[in-house]
Amino acid sequence: MNREVAEAYWKENISLILKLLVIWFIVSYGFGIIFLDELNAITFGGFKLGFWFAQQGAIYVFVVLVFVYAKKMEALEKKYDIHE
Amino acid sequence: MELQNLIYLFVGLSFALYIGIAIWARAGSTKEFYVAGGGVHPVLNGMATAADFLSAASFISLAGIISLKGSDGGAYLMGWTGGYVLLAMLLAPYLRKFGKFTVPDFVGDRYYSDLARTVAVVCVIFISFTYVAGQMRGVGIVFSRFLQVDINMGIYIGMGIVFVYAVLGGMKGVTYTQVAQYCVMLFAFTVPAIFLSLQVTESFLPQIGFGGTVAFEFDNGIKMIDSGNYLLHALDTSMTDLGFSAYTVSHDGTLNVFMLTAALMLGTAGLPHVIVRFFTTPTVRDARISAGWALMFLAIVYTQIPAVAGFARVNLLNNLQNVDYAKFVDGQIAGNDGAWFKNWENSGLIGWTDRNNDGKIQFGSGKAFEGQGKPIYINGNGSSGERMTSNSMPLHAKSAQEMRQNGEIINELYIDRDIIVLANPEIGGLPNWVIALMAAGGLAAALSTAAGLLLVISTSISHDLLGNVLMKDPVTGKSKLSEKAELLSARIAAVVAILVAGYLGIHPPGFVAQVVAFAFGLAAASFFPVIILGIFYKRMNKEGAIAGMLSGLIFTFGYIVYFVFMGGDKADYLWGIAPTGIGTIGMVLHFIVAIVVSKFTPAPPQEIQDLVENIRIPRGAGASHNH
Repeated sequence: MNREVAEAYWKENISLILKLLVIWFIVSYGFGIIFLDELNAITFGGFKLGFWFAQQGAIYVFVVLVFVYAKKMEALEKKYDIHE
Repeated sequence: MELQNLIYLFVGLSFALYIGIAIWARAGSTKEFYVAGGGVHPVLNGMATAADFLSAASFISLAGIISLKGSDGGAYLMGWTGGYVLLAMLLAPYLRKFGKFTVPDFVGDRYYSDLARTVAVVCVIFISFTYVAGQMRGVGIVFSRFLQVDINMGIYIGMGIVFVYAVLGGMKGVTYTQVAQYCVMLFAFTVPAIFLSLQVTESFLPQIGFGGTVAFEFDNGIKMIDSGNYLLHALDTSMTDLGFSAYTVSHDGTLNVFMLTAALMLGTAGLPHVIVRFFTTPTVRDARISAGWALMFLAIVYTQIPAVAGFARVNLLNNLQNVDYAKFVDGQIAGNDGAWFKNWENSGLIGWTDRNNDGKIQFGSGKAFEGQGKPIYINGNGSSGERMTSNSMPLHAKSAQEMRQNGEIINELYIDRDIIVLANPEIGGLPNWVIALMAAGGLAAALSTAAGLLLVISTSISHDLLGNVLMKDPVTGKSKLSEKAELLSARIAAVVAILVAGYLGIHPPGFVAQVVAFAFGLAAASFFPVIILGIFYKRMNKEGAIAGMLSGLIFTFGYIVYFVFMGGDKADYLWGIAPTGIGTIGMVLHFIVAIVVSKFTPAPPQEIQDLVENIRIPRGAGASHNH
């Protein structure tokens, strides 16, 4: 396999990871910790929003992120023809 | 059927299942022993990973911790799940492509250094043993309470079971047993959670009921809380009434919650027994998907845990506050049989002292017992039949009536947080088979994690230390041990590890809980950065890696030892950061030192740079296991 293909694939991988980790950071550290008090001003049902993110919401988003990453990487590997 | 017989039946059946699987999945080669032959289906591997990770601490203690800490408990939930996002994107696929057996394998090969390998082995062993001690205590608690055998006997039985499937089956036996154990745990956690959710909130799903309304009215000790109030609102009101801080409001401070969450997340992504799970899948693609399944299986349990914590708080208030002790434990109160209370009091994990002499239980903030807050029992019984203690807090002159008028509360109760989950079905008066299921689930959680850890320890000793350092042929660079000899040494190491773990369980160091912070902090400060740099920074060399690992480790180790074990003053905390979260700073330090040192030292050899390029590309992972 030639070098350019490997490097282009790696670049796309890194940029995908960075995008997903930004979301990862925002829902957990952002919503669940740093802006907890501000978001707690918003309620739905019995939940305060910040509290919900810290104890429920962030976890749901994490699951989605990992599956999205796996799916996108599969497509990426097909595109560069380096899948197994 | 009698509760005791049901418990024996459920626990016995689950044990028979584990042993059956172990015999079916015996390991015949080192590859099967270390990585289950590298052929585990990603969904099954996800389940096994979840069982491995759901420890006695998660299953038994976490709901209790959250029910105590309220909002700040979110750090554990986010920390222990968020780490899997990092694993799936930053570690698992590349380590799978690298295709060897252990974390020290990667560190030693990538940094072309036996010193780096040896530092890694020492970390693996230290992290894993601290963790295993906690599991053995979990086994002991479940056995002593539910099977009414001596704690030590319980630990011997637990050791025997783990011995059978870890020593015989290696990773292959452990993996398939863990699949069964996950199913037992999931069932054992979810069934009571659904029952409780229906009972407390009338909603079927705990995750929804948590945000729903309370189905009954209850006395919080100061005032009645009407039914139809939102559960979390009722908790906030009750907690503040009783002198605690509000349930849904953070009080540890943003910085400390942030640091703890980060240390737990990075630690999770750096734990050797978790990482090694991703060596067992057939392909790189499977390693990524498998991390997703693992996280999903974990999320099913972790999203229920805070709900169960909330239900437990409400049930404790409803069933205990201002209840007549003698009638309660004697089963004379309709719909509120306190036999469970007496059982846990007998095992020393609940204590009650009638400080205002009204025969009724009151609880609120503050200590009921002097010193550590735990009851110290002496012979004899008090006037209501409670066990006598020698360290009760002073009597209180005012009657409960007077105090209630003044909005005051005293605390007469000690409840060990480790029993909240185990006692929950009994507190809620759920059917006997649900309680029996809980016992089997608690044991599955402790045994599955213990087995995973013991395996990592034995592999580190036989493969990394013996095979790749001590018995290495200086000419060929290969191990002088034959495959058969290495397999035998792995089994002997597993036996020794089990004996040491059993010893730690029977003579627990008095600081099991604090020691867990150690495991995560050290994993965050040592393995996480060294692996990330090894994959994403081609220029990283052995000098940088060794300097980084040592500085991260020594800093984190020193900080925890100084403040937790040597009585360091809280006022001296670095930027106010508690030892539990210091691994995050250790991690940052590791990164900085490693990068700076590597800038001033020679680049790694060409074949190492080629190795890094190779692990970044998925193709060829199947072949890389056959090295």
